[in-house]
Amino acid sequence: MESAEIVAHIPRLRRYARALAGDSHRADDLVQDTLERALAKFYLWRHGSDLRAWLFTIMHNVFINQLRARRELALDEAVEDGLRSAPQSDPLELRDLDAALRRLPVEQREVLLLVGLEQLSYAEVSKALGIPAGTVMSRLSRGRERLRAVMSGTVAATNLKVVK
Amino acid sequence: MSNLTETDLHAYADGQLDDVRRVQVEAHLAHDAAATESVRLWREQSVALRALYNPVLNEPVPQRLLAARPSPGRWAYYALAAGAMGLAFGLGWLSHSYRTDRFVEAAALPRRAAVAYAVYAPEVRHPVEVGADQQDHLVKWLSKRLGNELKVPLLTPQGFDLVGGRLLPGGKGPVAQFMYQDARGQRITLYVSVRDAELRETAFRFSQEDKVAVFYWIDGKLGYALSGEMDRASLLAVATVVYRQLNP
Repeated sequence: MESAEIVAHIPRLRRYARALAGDSHRADDLVQDTLERALAKFYLWRHGSDLRAWLFTIMHNVFINQLRARRELALDEAVEDGLRSAPQSDPLELRDLDAALRRLPVEQREVLLLVGLEQLSYAEVSKALGIPAGTVMSRLSRGRERLRAVMSGTVAATNLKVVK
Repeated sequence: MSNLTETDLHAYADGQLDDVRRVQVEAHLAHDAAATESVRLWREQSVALRALYNPVLNEPVPQRLLAARPSPGRWAYYALAAGAMGLAFGLGWLSHSYRTDRFVEAAALPRRAAVAYAVYAPEVRHPVEVGADQQDHLVKWLSKRLGNELKVPLLTPQGFDLVGGRLLPGGKGPVAQFMYQDARGQRITLYVSVRDAELRETAFRFSQEDKVAVFYWIDGKLGYALSGEMDRASLLAVATVVYRQLNP
């Protein structure tokens, strides 16, 4: 059954959402909105095409909309930030990585995660995000360089905060 | 190799080159320490990302995700026609064994609030039991019945004046409904229900229940739902103010 296929993707959608959104509450909100949208639009999905890439496309659209809405909802952000808890068991370096990801522009973060974490092909990333192949590569390149710079402390963190 | 590009290096690091190209890049890397270092670093980033976030794959999936329903919208009718019922059935079946009463109750909040809105908002003569002219009494009475200190948000700056409130039956006891109205007669309601003590979810969520838009959240023992027959953005503006006043 098709919905079972979608359900099978939930763990990986959650993984990507966690890396993308940071906070686990917000990440699951993102997944839930994505699932609701996907179920409502499921008839648009073409059988035989990559369901996962399609779900990433929906999540991308939902996430961008949420970022736009959140500007009106600064308080919610503050509340959720207050709830955020660092994973205690992870080594310090990995927690730094999560913090560093927050300091990447969203468009770079998305490409970096789809390639590095989700291991999508460049062509799949291009399709999922609706951007040309060349743009995928330039964002990947800049994202990797910026992540390196942030991790090594050569970029001032405060200037790069994206989600506002 | 003369025509090696940075794209080739990334593709090499990501294992996305065909065999011929991969061998070419490897030959180049043997003489290019800087490129080799870049490739190593990029791979290390990917490995670290997976190490950091892979544990999410093993977490139990929250019930609310397993029970996700199609969000109504302009697609809803088509989706229903295209067999969303079947999808919902599938999700329901899969999530059946994980379902808890608490979850069902949480999902019911926006639905109940929207129904209460639909019943009382169009009421001309008796929209509320106790009017805003007796606001102190109203708040004391409903606070007592719900067993919790209630606050009534002030929405005058947003153009909504308090009409009054009423007591309603909820799933597990009494529920309070406060009604507001703007100059054009547009009404919104704040639905307040008492929750199970251990349910502590503060996420601010949206649900479209037929024509009624609902923003809802849970704060400690109280669940709140702001309902209105208006577009999401307009209601969000008011909901934000309500949320701010109730969760200072």
